[in-house]
Amino acid sequence: MARQMNYLQALREALALEMRRDSSVVVLGEDVRFSLRGITKGLYEEFGPERVWDTPISESAFVGLATGAAFAGLRPVVEFQISTLVYVAMEQLVNQAQKLRYMMGGQGKIPVTYLVPGSGARPGLAGQHSDHAYPMLIQGGMKVVMPTTPQDAKGLFTAALREDDPVVVFAPAALMGARGDVSEEEVLIPLGKGEVKRFGTDVTVVAVGPCVPQAVKVAEQLEPEGISVEVIDPRSLLPFDFSLLHTSVRKTGRLIIFDDSNRTCGLAAEIAANAAEQLFTSLKAPVARITRADVPVPFSIALDKHVLPSAAQLEEAVRTIVDNRAMEKGSAAQV
Amino acid sequence: MNVACDHSLYIELYRKMRLIRRFEERAAELVDRNEIAGNTHEYIGEEAVAVGICSALRSEDVITSTHRGHGHLLAKGGDPRKMMAELLGRSTGYNRGKGGSMHIADLSLGIYGANGMVAGGVPIAAGAAWAAKIRKTNQIAVAFFGDGGANQGVLHETMNLAGIWNLPVLFVCENNLYAVTTPVSYATAGPSIAERAKGYGFPGCIVDGMDLAAVMEAARQAAERARAGQGPSLLECRTYRFRGHFTAERALGINYRTQAEMEEWQQRDPLLLWARKLEELEVLTPGDRAAVDGDVEKLLDEAVEYARSSPWPEPEEALKDMYTQCYPGLPAKGIAWHAK
Repeated sequence: MARQMNYLQALREALALEMRRDSSVVVLGEDVRFSLRGITKGLYEEFGPERVWDTPISESAFVGLATGAAFAGLRPVVEFQISTLVYVAMEQLVNQAQKLRYMMGGQGKIPVTYLVPGSGARPGLAGQHSDHAYPMLIQGGMKVVMPTTPQDAKGLFTAALREDDPVVVFAPAALMGARGDVSEEEVLIPLGKGEVKRFGTDVTVVAVGPCVPQAVKVAEQLEPEGISVEVIDPRSLLPFDFSLLHTSVRKTGRLIIFDDSNRTCGLAAEIAANAAEQLFTSLKAPVARITRADVPVPFSIALDKHVLPSAAQLEEAVRTIVDNRAMEKGSAAQV
Repeated sequence: MNVACDHSLYIELYRKMRLIRRFEERAAELVDRNEIAGNTHEYIGEEAVAVGICSALRSEDVITSTHRGHGHLLAKGGDPRKMMAELLGRSTGYNRGKGGSMHIADLSLGIYGANGMVAGGVPIAAGAAWAAKIRKTNQIAVAFFGDGGANQGVLHETMNLAGIWNLPVLFVCENNLYAVTTPVSYATAGPSIAERAKGYGFPGCIVDGMDLAAVMEAARQAAERARAGQGPSLLECRTYRFRGHFTAERALGINYRTQAEMEEWQQRDPLLLWARKLEELEVLTPGDRAAVDGDVEKLLDEAVEYARSSPWPEPEEALKDMYTQCYPGLPAKGIAWHAK
């Protein structure tokens, strides 16, 4: 049975179900008892003070605490109140939690889930509250997922909670209010499995997180003009479903990556590089990236749209990249 | 010191200090001979701290250690053969050659790792204490750090957390007076590191880190307190490293410590002090001591031989152990992962 609920409610349901199922799941973070976002709302009342821990503003310490507790057998869920707080805890995240198992020669496991709700730019928050810091976490080897629908939010969060390695779950601000059908029963969406959101034949658009609904809308708008756009939602950023990417690009021959993280050494750069290495003979046009500019998101609403990737940019890029379809057909005829 | 206590324990503690001392001297020789890559940070001079603190611990208790970690690991029961094999980068080492000197761990002994980042292991130890509190296991945890680590933010965040949650954790500062070359007197505001515990609402005390009995007693009290649910303690153990910050320091020609200072501390060599005490108590005669020393040497001969004769890890091992749950293409190799 499915019901309508929003993205945050789906995350909350996944967490509550898992806490009922597994008593080793504990939650810690800033203000998780009263829950500003709502994901941990009611958990303190249901599970009590030994399962839900409000922390002082000490990101490095509570991330480290989760690592030690995980070695000791707990499955901590760490909520970051603001997406950029991962910067504060970077040493404990990538230099400790992510590396220790490897550096210890495979001893133990560190089943910690880090929840990053509200990532990305919102009007009026300026540069220090507006990032999706996944590229640097991925560079550090951290598994990262970014669900885009309520059903995926429930399923990917559940999978992250059951993973025996550290996993970061990004819940972008732009999607937190999204509503959709969510199964009442347990949902488990494995890491590393992307999804084709819309089938098409002319160009593949890999859209990441909050860019997905925008890409679907652009695809819908262009369809009446005879432009067929395939939209892929990778859902899981590390591991990344390169096999889905390859299948799609081999069919369409064109690739645009639509990603709201930094351009230089960002996720789009890695996807583009992979396509250049693996899909060269399938590509009919250069790969295009639509990303955030490499500047902090400026405060003024007159400025922010100039640094964030937009549906208008995607639409233009799609029109440009498919523009040579006629030429191809023409040149094929000449041969 | 309670003379009626188990004499064999006193001898065992001497043996452990001697084992650490000689392990370190032999490791330094192996660094000099390029059998150990890079450097090690010798614990020589600080043995009473590790052995004294760990005397208050049970096997299921947890420690996190530092870049100068060999002493803590041996004191907690680490196997010198697997440690030496790790130092030599062999597949039989504790970390199968992936960690080396600064990262040796044995989770089965409650050793949640030495750590290459100053104070990096502190919250991890507190996390084990937190888990013990939640699960009511009666375990305690020790976070070792140095006077350098005493000024790291994460230590203070963790002491605050341990204070508000009353965690069963001992913060053990090995104040050897220098963070690499920077004197503690220069780098540390306030009257002492121990004094800082007051700010977090739990006891802190200065301990003579060269006197094994003093460290044992302080550790016993702090451990009892933690086990009784009375919360954390900070022990600032004043000690001295008889060697440089790391093996290579001798070659650098830097002099930040006076000869007189070094000699003064060496007069209070923890092994000599303890041996003298055991002799006075007629627990360990010089002859018996020589026999213990001989046993230690034999153990270390075996450890070095074990390490030298152990196989190197296979190259493919470099891409293993990163994840518990693996996926296609993870971890990425330096060449395209599906390239033929």
